[in-house]
Amino acid sequence: MNLVTPGIGLVFWTTLSFSIVMLILYKFAWKPLLKSLKEREEAIAKAIEESQIAKKEVEEIKKNNQKLIQDAYKKAEEIIEEAKKTKENIITEAKQKAIEEANKIMEATKLAIETDKKNAIKEIKSQIIEYSVLIAEKILKAELSEQNKKEEYIKKLMNELNLN
Amino acid sequence: MRLIICFILVCFSRCLTIFSSETHNKHTTNFNPGDFIIDHILDAHEWHIATINNTHISIPLPVIVYSYKQKKLYFFLSNKFHRGESTYNNLRLVTEGKLKGKIVEVDKYGNIDKEAPLPLDLSITKNVLEIFIISIILIIVFTSVARYYKKDPHRPPKKIASFLEPLILFIRDDIAKSSIGENYHKYMPYLLSVFFFIFFSNLFGLIPFFPFGANVTGNIAVTMSLALFTLFITFLTANKFYWLHIFNAPGVPWWLKIPIPLIPIIELVGVFTKPFVLMVRLFANIMAGHIIALGFFSLIFIFGAKHWAFGYSISIISIAFTVFMTLLELLVAFIQAYVFTLLSALYFGMAIEKPHHE
Repeated sequence: MNLVTPGIGLVFWTTLSFSIVMLILYKFAWKPLLKSLKEREEAIAKAIEESQIAKKEVEEIKKNNQKLIQDAYKKAEEIIEEAKKTKENIITEAKQKAIEEANKIMEATKLAIETDKKNAIKEIKSQIIEYSVLIAEKILKAELSEQNKKEEYIKKLMNELNLN
Repeated sequence: MRLIICFILVCFSRCLTIFSSETHNKHTTNFNPGDFIIDHILDAHEWHIATINNTHISIPLPVIVYSYKQKKLYFFLSNKFHRGESTYNNLRLVTEGKLKGKIVEVDKYGNIDKEAPLPLDLSITKNVLEIFIISIILIIVFTSVARYYKKDPHRPPKKIASFLEPLILFIRDDIAKSSIGENYHKYMPYLLSVFFFIFFSNLFGLIPFFPFGANVTGNIAVTMSLALFTLFITFLTANKFYWLHIFNAPGVPWWLKIPIPLIPIIELVGVFTKPFVLMVRLFANIMAGHIIALGFFSLIFIFGAKHWAFGYSISIISIAFTVFMTLLELLVAFIQAYVFTLLSALYFGMAIEKPHHE
């Protein structure tokens, strides 16, 4: 019977000491302990969240970078293309200009040649005329030394004139 | 590894203390296993450490007693009683019979005064002292752990904190949060305190030598006090739905409430059965563990009384079984603390539950 009859003294002391222990532990142990455990959990949760956000940001940045790189490539290609075009344009323009210039020069040269030729021909003509007059003079001098021949020749010339 | 060595040492010393304490019994009187076991389980006014060559080594504990007959409060050490052999202040410690272990009034002829009411015994007994020791250890351990966390809450736990933190988190998450719900915060100090109080008491009860080894949680007075705490906290925090459910349960036909309040009576009984069950379960489990271990040791002396060879041969089996039982008791120490805390949390959860209508 002693085993299952609670002693008043023990009940009293248990209640008293347990209450005191609970109060002291509440004030000095459970409160700070639970608080710091919670703080730690929150800090961990926050850190995880932040890291996830950072991860997302990094991914976005990566995407942006890739976009930027692609855009840059595109732009570079465009620029190169444009450069090629302008180059061709420049070349063709230059060619045309050159051709035009050449043509102009040719024309001018032709003109100069023509005038020179004309002058030359003129000169040659006048020279020839001079020479021929000279020669004719000499020949006539030589021919007309003989009398009969003189008449003959005059006749012949007269005939020729008549014919014309 | 260190734990295992400690454990083996504990088992050995457990055997040794009981051997030494029983040498005395063996020589003088016939060994009575019943008395031997009950003496070890019950509370005492002195802390018996060992008996060597018929000299008892024990620590006298303070007796605080209020005598209704003399209308006086006495405060003295228990060795004044000389183990029940002498009377002091007209008081005597009974060593035999129905009132064994109690302090009684003595009339002027030196006989027990059966008429007078038993004096109020508020002595610092073995269990009370053990409770004080446990309380001090609890306070030292947990305030130091808390200080560790105060310094830097983000540091991972080390040393004793690494052992206690999972337990605290276990109580918070798996006991309080899951059985009480959102408002679990206000119950946490009680749940944590009661868990560690029971857990430490159970563990210290397994260590056989001074200053441990008192059968604290295997004493019905202790478990009753703890169960009453649960009951009162339930009452103090219960919402109106809890009381409504007890006295006027919704959904129950009226003829079960009037004229004979059958359901209210059943519900009211249920309110008190819950802490009663808490009290009995913890008490019976821990006491049973102590009884079994002591029973195995009693076997040694029972067989040893026939012939010494029997005693030695049975001792091997007894010690093997006791080691096994102590291992089992380590598990029981945790499980019982867990069950007490879990059921308390469940009762609190019921007390603050809001009705959920379909």
